[in-house]
Amino acid sequence: MNARHGTAWLISVLCLTVAAFITMNVAYGSSKNTAKERVIKIVAQRFSFTPNELKLKKGENVRLEFTSLDFVHGFNVPDLNLRADLPPGKITTLHLTPDKAGTFDFICDNFCGAGHEDMGGKIIVGN
Amino acid sequence: MINRRDFMKLTAIGGGAVFISGLTSLSQAATGYGKGAAYDDFYFVQLSDTHWGYQGPANPEEANTLKKAVATVNGLESQPDFIVFTGDLTHTTDDPKERRKRLNEFRDIVSELKVENVRFIPGEHDASLDNGAVYKEIFGNTFYSFDHKGVHFVMLDNVSDPGANIGEAQLAWLAADLAKQKKDAKIVVFTHRPLFDLAPKWDWATRDGAKAIDMLMPYTNVTVFYGHIHQEHHHQTGHIAHHSAKSLIFPLPAPGSQEKRTPLPWDDSMPNKGLGFREVEAEIKTAEYKIIEFPVSRG
Ligand SMILES: [Cu+2]
Repeated sequence: MNARHGTAWLISVLCLTVAAFITMNVAYGSSKNTAKERVIKIVAQRFSFTPNELKLKKGENVRLEFTSLDFVHGFNVPDLNLRADLPPGKITTLHLTPDKAGTFDFICDNFCGAGHEDMGGKIIVGN
Repeated sequence: MINRRDFMKLTAIGGGAVFISGLTSLSQAATGYGKGAAYDDFYFVQLSDTHWGYQGPANPEEANTLKKAVATVNGLESQPDFIVFTGDLTHTTDDPKERRKRLNEFRDIVSELKVENVRFIPGEHDASLDNGAVYKEIFGNTFYSFDHKGVHFVMLDNVSDPGANIGEAQLAWLAADLAKQKKDAKIVVFTHRPLFDLAPKWDWATRDGAKAIDMLMPYTNVTVFYGHIHQEHHHQTGHIAHHSAKSLIFPLPAPGSQEKRTPLPWDDSMPNKGLGFREVEAEIKTAEYKIIEFPVSRG
């Protein structure tokens, strides 16, 4: 490979990389996540999450997309140090790559009414 | 009129468990108590989590438990200096009219208490759905402080925000309130939720509670009494002791002991089991607090 070919090769690799990053940015809305993510859509409404049981694999890149229908519910997984407010009228996104197997409870941690205390679920991370 | 020492003997028989909070050991405190009856100590009563308006299998006696507790407090041989309710006065409802009705009914029931100095703070069931609006109309401010016989009492609101934040405005107020106190002042905090992370997966925490604890840390004599978890629990964050009170509607399981924080089942053979209120004896000289737990009814 001569110098000229080498330069051209380098430029095309760079272009491809930049293009890949741009694609990632458009798809995932974040420049941090370059690996492929599995998308899980979750609906929050008084007084449940649907689904309320999420099965993940250790090391798997997951993007949680929340839609809240009626209240600024909260999503909190204390054991994974992961939480967000879920305002209605927009999609709230959380990225998660579990680094340990196990079952981790999540709750709505914004008091939302008479059934608030039952609003929760679990994330089950397998090896 | 019986004297305090006789009174303590009586309540020990009728009341059950005694928990002494403070820097000295139990035996030292007990000795100190016998000798110390001369100084200006006093006691107050804490009731919590009465959940007026609850209907469900965890308490089929829901219409009577609070009224019985009021009668029991009125029957105490020696009346407390004041009485405090640490939140969840009512059970939540999504209907604002019903919320107002429950809060008014609660106020009417506890107006039967003989002691006139009665203090309140809200719980999330009373205040979270309307940021404390109706509560404030009926009971006044959700956070405030007052002094009694040399003790500075601070009432903190960690429930008017549905996200369990004390919030920057109230924290600024707390900083200003504490700034007026000497570092060795005797400070007692009443609040509804635990200020520390007791069981976050059961929502037994205050999101910015660590900020309040940090502000209290420089003070050497601080004790916190709270509710929310429907059982007695004692915890230290550094030198600060935190004591939760029983409920007057249904008990809840020990923190994190089972998957769901569902109420413990009602026991027909022992009505009101696990429920009750407490007396707190303030030993001014040593800034110790002797806690005596009472059942809903005595005798
Ligand atoms: Cu909710």
